[in-house]
Amino acid sequence: MSTEHGTADASRPEWPLYEVFVRGKRGLNHVHVGSLHAPDDQMALHNARNLYTRRNEGVSIWVVRAEHISASSPDEKDPYFAPSGDKVYRHPTFYSIPDDVPHI
Amino acid sequence: MSTVTADPAPSGSDEAHQAEFDAKVAADQRIEPRDWMPEGYRRTLVRQVSQHAHSEIIGMQPEGDWIASAPSLRRKAILLAKVQDEAGHGLYLYAAAETLGVDRADLTTRLIEGRQKYSSIFNYPSLTFADVGVIGWLVDGAAICNQVPLCRSSFGPYARAMVRICKEESFHQRQGYELLMRMMEGTADQRAMVQDAVDRWWWPSLMMFGPPDADSPNTRQSMAWRVKRDTNDDLRQKFVDMTVPQADKLGVTLPDPELAWNEERGRYDFGEPDWVEFKQVISGSGPKNAERIERRRAAHEKGAWVREAATAYATKHQSDREAAV
Amino acid sequence: MSGDDHIYSVLGQEHGGDDRWAFGTGFTDALAGVDTTLPEGVDGDDLALYCQMLGDDALVQAQRLVHWVTDAPELEEEVALANIALDLLGQARLLLSRAGQADGTGRDEDGFAYGRGPAEFRNVHLAEAPRGDFARAVATLLVLSTARLAVFTRLVESADPVLSAIAAKAVNELAYHREYAVSWTLRLGDGTPYSHERMAAAVADVWPLTGELFAAHPVEARLAAQGAGVDPSALADEVHGVLAQVLTTATLAAPAPFPEPAVAGRDGRHTPDLAPLLDELQRVAREHPEATW
Repeated sequence: MSTEHGTADASRPEWPLYEVFVRGKRGLNHVHVGSLHAPDDQMALHNARNLYTRRNEGVSIWVVRAEHISASSPDEKDPYFAPSGDKVYRHPTFYSIPDDVPHI
Repeated sequence: MSTVTADPAPSGSDEAHQAEFDAKVAADQRIEPRDWMPEGYRRTLVRQVSQHAHSEIIGMQPEGDWIASAPSLRRKAILLAKVQDEAGHGLYLYAAAETLGVDRADLTTRLIEGRQKYSSIFNYPSLTFADVGVIGWLVDGAAICNQVPLCRSSFGPYARAMVRICKEESFHQRQGYELLMRMMEGTADQRAMVQDAVDRWWWPSLMMFGPPDADSPNTRQSMAWRVKRDTNDDLRQKFVDMTVPQADKLGVTLPDPELAWNEERGRYDFGEPDWVEFKQVISGSGPKNAERIERRRAAHEKGAWVREAATAYATKHQSDREAAV
Repeated sequence: MSGDDHIYSVLGQEHGGDDRWAFGTGFTDALAGVDTTLPEGVDGDDLALYCQMLGDDALVQAQRLVHWVTDAPELEEEVALANIALDLLGQARLLLSRAGQADGTGRDEDGFAYGRGPAEFRNVHLAEAPRGDFARAVATLLVLSTARLAVFTRLVESADPVLSAIAAKAVNELAYHREYAVSWTLRLGDGTPYSHERMAAAVADVWPLTGELFAAHPVEARLAAQGAGVDPSALADEVHGVLAQVLTTATLAAPAPFPEPAVAGRDGRHTPDLAPLLDELQRVAREHPEATW
């Protein structure tokens, strides 16, 4: 069964990482709430709904493959994961809306 | 530090990075994934966050066993929602760990091969339905004491995951306590079940805070890095102080003859947990270690064909989607 | 202890309102403001039995689904299947509560869930069938959610305002359950050769149990005539059409016609699989008959 564990085995690629953005309420921006793994976009939406909006309807969800996000970080000199400055922004969990975003 | 020094650094030296890092931490700023960080900090966090994630996932089992037999539909729904939350929390935490450059698949492998630890508390069996209430009250109560300060962890992704988890978990402890209150108002049998569960879970709950400070060599460094905000003994004391009045209100006896209010300290004195047992359980000889790991391993392995199918489907249909765009 | 020593205080101090965290907005009561008096022209005993039929389908299926939690191919699927089980459990609770109002006994949801034996349960056999592998779970969910969605879409117009309100809430849930099942049917059917085989086998396993879904029990027929219920025999073509489309898109064989409809579970006649399922469901409650939880 040892092949079951293989992560480097090309025939058993792991599901890719997606970043999830949720509009919790009408009138608010989508905010980054976290990430998850899914085999494709549609399943990523399923998983995002189930994981990050557990059972509440009426929200809007965006998912995007983490590798498709370009990120800049002007004040993070010499990033640890160099040379990844223009690659994956694997921002983890969620991102708070700045306080000055208006609530409707 | 080898990764950093092996690369030609585009700007600054390790000393400069270290100074900048130290200043950020000292100013209670958050370290973000792409910031420079000392290798020891990264390693400590990988261990801390992934063990926490594993604990959430393994922690589904002791209570999950009671979902199917919950004695009312309301309790069944609450318990199912709670165990589901734990899966969600495990996923948030794996995501936070992944920002440190590890793969979830790799962490899963380490868990199911028994190479990485999780909270020792989940290696104790849950014997009656009262355990559901006591796990909610004591185990989640202790977890909350541990976790709330981590909302201020210096590592941004972990801190943010903890905020979400703590918010979602606030109902976990309350549902447990509410179940126990209801049971204590019930039959003599039920009251006996509650007391029995309290007797079994009290000491393991105290052990959740980890070994005494004197035996916790990493505490000082972790506190300096602000990935740990209070010492084990401080948190344990806080938990005892919080829990004793709740136990009185409930009408149960905590199984510690040394437990007594200390007027001078303004705190409760309490006895010493059995640290020999603690070390046995955490090193894999707890009553349920093997079974908990085996269940996770079996689910993972028998699900391999499903995960592969989804990947194969995605590959086949990738070109369809691109053509449609 | 001082006030700010409290363990929750940190949350309140530092993290502001929930909006910033994109949280959902909690739960709404599906029956808020709904008139619970029995409408004229609807037979209370029939309505009670009908609510048990629909409620038991959901309760028994949920009872099977909860075993996927800690046992699914991926953690994300455990969360998803738990959601579906929670939805079904919610439907069962509302329906069984309505049954106790309709028959005048005032029995609550737990009275029905824990107080009846197998012969009094009214669920279809497909709901009680053994859990099987993940493909089997997907096939079962696909068939049950498609058929139940067809019923509940019509029940929104029920003459019973309570049933109508329950259905209005349930249709969104069921539409999601079906979408989830369809997604996995496609991925397993059109995934690897091995998953194709397993999915085909799962469909073959559940197919003999589908006929019963479209057999109208006399209670269903009478309530349909009274405008309170739905006659399932009228839904077979629609459901078959949906399933055929899904299965063929998933590169699986076009399905055979449904087997001849015959009432069984709706009359309390069950397979041997139901009794152990109920033993597990009812064990603790029955060990402590005087207890409160």
